[in-house]
Amino acid sequence: MGGFWHRFARNRSAVLGLAILAIVLLMAAAAPLLYPGSPFALAGRPLSGPFGEFLFGTDTLGRNVAAGIAHGARTSLLIGLISTAVAVLLGVLIGGVAGYYGGRVDDLLMRLTEIFQTIPSFVFAIVLVAVMSPSVHSTVIAIAVVSWPGVARLARGEFLSMRRREFVQSCVSLGMGDLRIMFRQILPNCLSPIIVTASLLVATAILIESGLAFLGLGDPNVMSWGFQVGAGRTVLRSAWWICTFPGIAILLTVLAINLVGEGLNDALNPRLRSA
Amino acid sequence: MSDAVLRVENLHVTLPPRADRSHAVEDVSFDLRRGELVCLVGESGSGKSVTARAVMGLLAPRVVASAGRILFNGEDLLRIPPERLRAIRGAEISMIFQEPMTALNPLMTIGRQIDEVLSTHTQLSAAARRERLLALLSDVHLPDPASLIEAYPHQLSGGQRQRAMIAMALVLEPKILIADEPTTALDVTTQAQILQLIRELQAAHGTAVLFITHDFGVVAEIAHRVAVMQNGKLVEMEEASRVLNQPRHPYTQRLIAAVPSLTPRLRTASQGPVALTATKVTKTFRTGGGLLSRERRVVHAVKDASIALRRGETLGLVGESGSGKSTLARCIIRLIEPDGGQVRLGELDLTAQTRRSLRRHRRRIQMVFQDPFGSLNPRYKVGHLVAEGPIINGVDAVAARARAIELLGLVGLDARAADRFPHEFSGGQRQRIAIARALALEPEILVADEPVSALDVSVQAQVLDLLAGIRHRLNLSMLFITHDLRVAAQVCDTIAVMRHGEIVETGPTAEVFARPQHTYTRELFASVPGRAWSQRACRR
Amino acid sequence: MPGVSGTGCSTQDFDVRRLRFIARRLLQAVPTILLIVVINFLLLHLAPGDAADVLAGEAGSATPEYMAALRARFGLDQPLYVQLFVYLKNILSLDLGYSFRHNQPVLTLILDRLGPTLLLMATTLVLSVSIGVLLGLLAATGLRTWRDNIISVLALVSYATPLFWLGLMLIIIFSIQLDWLPTSGMETIGAFYEGWDRVADIARHLVLPAVTLSLFYLAVYTRLMRAAMLEQAGMDYVTTARAKGLTERRITFGHVLRNALLPVITVAGIQTGGLIGGSVVVETIFGWPGLGLLAFQSLFARDLNLLFGIFFLSACLVVVVNVIVDLIYALLDPRIEIA
Repeated sequence: MGGFWHRFARNRSAVLGLAILAIVLLMAAAAPLLYPGSPFALAGRPLSGPFGEFLFGTDTLGRNVAAGIAHGARTSLLIGLISTAVAVLLGVLIGGVAGYYGGRVDDLLMRLTEIFQTIPSFVFAIVLVAVMSPSVHSTVIAIAVVSWPGVARLARGEFLSMRRREFVQSCVSLGMGDLRIMFRQILPNCLSPIIVTASLLVATAILIESGLAFLGLGDPNVMSWGFQVGAGRTVLRSAWWICTFPGIAILLTVLAINLVGEGLNDALNPRLRSA
Repeated sequence: MSDAVLRVENLHVTLPPRADRSHAVEDVSFDLRRGELVCLVGESGSGKSVTARAVMGLLAPRVVASAGRILFNGEDLLRIPPERLRAIRGAEISMIFQEPMTALNPLMTIGRQIDEVLSTHTQLSAAARRERLLALLSDVHLPDPASLIEAYPHQLSGGQRQRAMIAMALVLEPKILIADEPTTALDVTTQAQILQLIRELQAAHGTAVLFITHDFGVVAEIAHRVAVMQNGKLVEMEEASRVLNQPRHPYTQRLIAAVPSLTPRLRTASQGPVALTATKVTKTFRTGGGLLSRERRVVHAVKDASIALRRGETLGLVGESGSGKSTLARCIIRLIEPDGGQVRLGELDLTAQTRRSLRRHRRRIQMVFQDPFGSLNPRYKVGHLVAEGPIINGVDAVAARARAIELLGLVGLDARAADRFPHEFSGGQRQRIAIARALALEPEILVADEPVSALDVSVQAQVLDLLAGIRHRLNLSMLFITHDLRVAAQVCDTIAVMRHGEIVETGPTAEVFARPQHTYTRELFASVPGRAWSQRACRR
Repeated sequence: MPGVSGTGCSTQDFDVRRLRFIARRLLQAVPTILLIVVINFLLLHLAPGDAADVLAGEAGSATPEYMAALRARFGLDQPLYVQLFVYLKNILSLDLGYSFRHNQPVLTLILDRLGPTLLLMATTLVLSVSIGVLLGLLAATGLRTWRDNIISVLALVSYATPLFWLGLMLIIIFSIQLDWLPTSGMETIGAFYEGWDRVADIARHLVLPAVTLSLFYLAVYTRLMRAAMLEQAGMDYVTTARAKGLTERRITFGHVLRNALLPVITVAGIQTGGLIGGSVVVETIFGWPGLGLLAFQSLFARDLNLLFGIFFLSACLVVVVNVIVDLIYALLDPRIEIA
């Protein structure tokens, strides 16, 4: 474990990413303390400029933009994490079974995965949310449905190559059962690429979530960064700050997660970093 | 000596900081004369490849030739400007590599890749270059040079690719050819042809060849002089016949003693009951294509193969890569499902078992794999790995662990090994662990799939001794798969020769070695490098 | 000895084989399309309210008898599998249904808007792939210099920037502050330019949407190209090329570059779907009159027929692009047998 942190810390940008991520997490955790009450509540005069009474100004209705950003962090992180967890679970299960059993099962499952990959993911997410009507649940489901194929293909490749590895063959010849081989022998050995992919998926999920909210497909009762940017669109000419600051929050969070993901990649797969 | 074309003096090559040692090569000096073939021999990690790459200026990043001189035509290759070095590479000193598939650019035709050498180093017209190319390709005995020029590397066989590499290296008649294990990735019959070709071209052009190899059979076949390396140092350099027959340095003596003899050991045929039979086992692979694609490639990996193994006997399955020997072994223990045929383990019909009922019987037949780095799960400690089999077969964990430590002792490792991870062991030690893991289930039959081919020759001998001892002590039957006829001669009571999925000849080892019946068996035996040397050594 | 296959055949042969290759790939796409249609159908049924509800809503109030009659007319009272069958038959005869909002067949509406979207996508693809490859090449050849560092940081930031926000920021800077470029539409309304003037006008309108949509993919291809160049540079054939005495320049451009382009092409194919998704956002922001804007409008008019028509057609578009990408790949990589 010490070796892991040492390798992770050698990548300075990954440490920077971790620091930014820690701040976002802290902000999400402290949102109810920093800005008690609903972020939808009217706080002051509409369209007040930034860096005055309100740090990031107010929007068209007089809602505090900074409060929205703090509360929006909870939404983004929560949806990002849960939808990724669902996608990874689904993907590892489908890809793992396909890669382990091979043959017909593999053909069928991978064909299905390919078809899901062919469908334009953001459009698919829009359609799904539109059909289910916008809510946190529908957003999570939509993101998970469009994200699992990538994980499935990765898991399938890993399981397939591990299946041929001699240590797995030796477990088969010891008389070990399939489930035990899949979860006790193979899975621990392909956890690193899955963790790295999952971390990058969280970033993508946050981008999809904010895109949906921007288009007005977010949960109307939950504050979200994408919603804030969308709400400020109409007054872009007079009140630039409404769109700008929530967007920066998205940018920094996604950037931080990507940096951490790359750091994880370097730390978990040291052999790839020889040059 | 005045006719030396290359002289390496006190060469030191340092490794990057934090490598397992500071120097890859330490104080190495030797010379290479006109028209001479010098073999640079050593086990893995001896620094032989690094020495060769230092001559070409092709060391990996951060691996540095830190001291010494490499003199070629009066110039020190370590100190000349890069442009000068480039002018020498490919034109005056050229190189061929171990794996011709990866050493060629997959997206460029063979013709263009060879032509690049000509267009870089000469002012010849396109027509003249083409003519040169065609002549050259027929010199290396490649069929149909005109269409071969247009071919891509993947369209050639392994041997053809290596011939193309040789053509590329020799197109400008360089003074020196450096060959880095050029036949290691090839089958033994192809190897014999490539060695023949190198010898032939060298005699015709007077090229000096620096030939890197780990195989003393190959050395005996082609070398004029031999340089032996150990841990980055050159321990001995002598005429080939001297090194092969009267080695002076103790390390060389040990290496040569470890080369298995081609003369089978005398042994009495096992009279025990038949423990395992495989009857007309067949396996066909269909590759390519998903549900809809029509073009499937069909490979008949095993065709109607039948074998019988007696109690206490070792049966060798020998053949070149792709002959189906590994597939047959895996079909027998049902790691691969055979398409047809029957496998009986004593009274039990293995092929008739369902996947579930088979699991109960798996313990009776165990396998040791080729790659000691791949056959142990890196996430578990050795004690767990050895005890795992008995535990899933119902033995209680404490007893299984005690037995595991006992078994580690049996294979020559001490009890502390149980608490360490596989990566803390050397290749030979890991193979011992793998053997202990297989033995933990007290099998009747051990299937060993090339168990020593990934090991250095000195370690190889130790593991073979261990297997022989265990087999004797436990009265095990063993199915031993190998491509190495020397190993087969030492280990097997009976051998079955495989080719294109079929068993072409079976018989007692001594019988088959002395009087091979099938033409392929004869060709195979004739291709074993260093055959003449082995027989001479044996007579002495 | 195995012969040398695939050489010495005439170009005519080659064309025939290429046609067969395309035909086979299109055939392979059929189950994909069918499954998408089925997903489409199931989602339509999951959606609250059916066509009768929508029509009844349009008409104001409706009696239950009237609703039942409507359902019977649309076949909505039939069992599900019959409806699926009818739906499949309709789609296969290119009948994507009728948009009651626009009072036009869905197919007509979509075909009207396809042109602008294809223009936007093609521009984006060309911009992002060409510049991405170039930047990746520059970064990889100047490894760990300021050039590499600047390119890598820019790529990282672009990779994390949400499209919609980038579009708005570009509008603030280039339209509102600098007043260089128009904020929305594809042509200047009421100007009625013709010939080259019209082309120039459209090009001016295209700049901001295309740049917005390109930046993310530009980052993708830059990072990918850099990584692929570095990976290829470590291959054995590069050592061979060096041993032949080639210059580093010739090794990079003659050997490494082409090998490194292969993964970029693969990913470019995979990203087409994403491009369509991105165009919904970008077209909405810039009022670009394409499929994306139409999708956004249908979303809020709850015009599900139209939305699903666009969804279906965009999936078909991805299938077609994938066939083209496979063909390009097969041309560049001799290891892919197209026969």
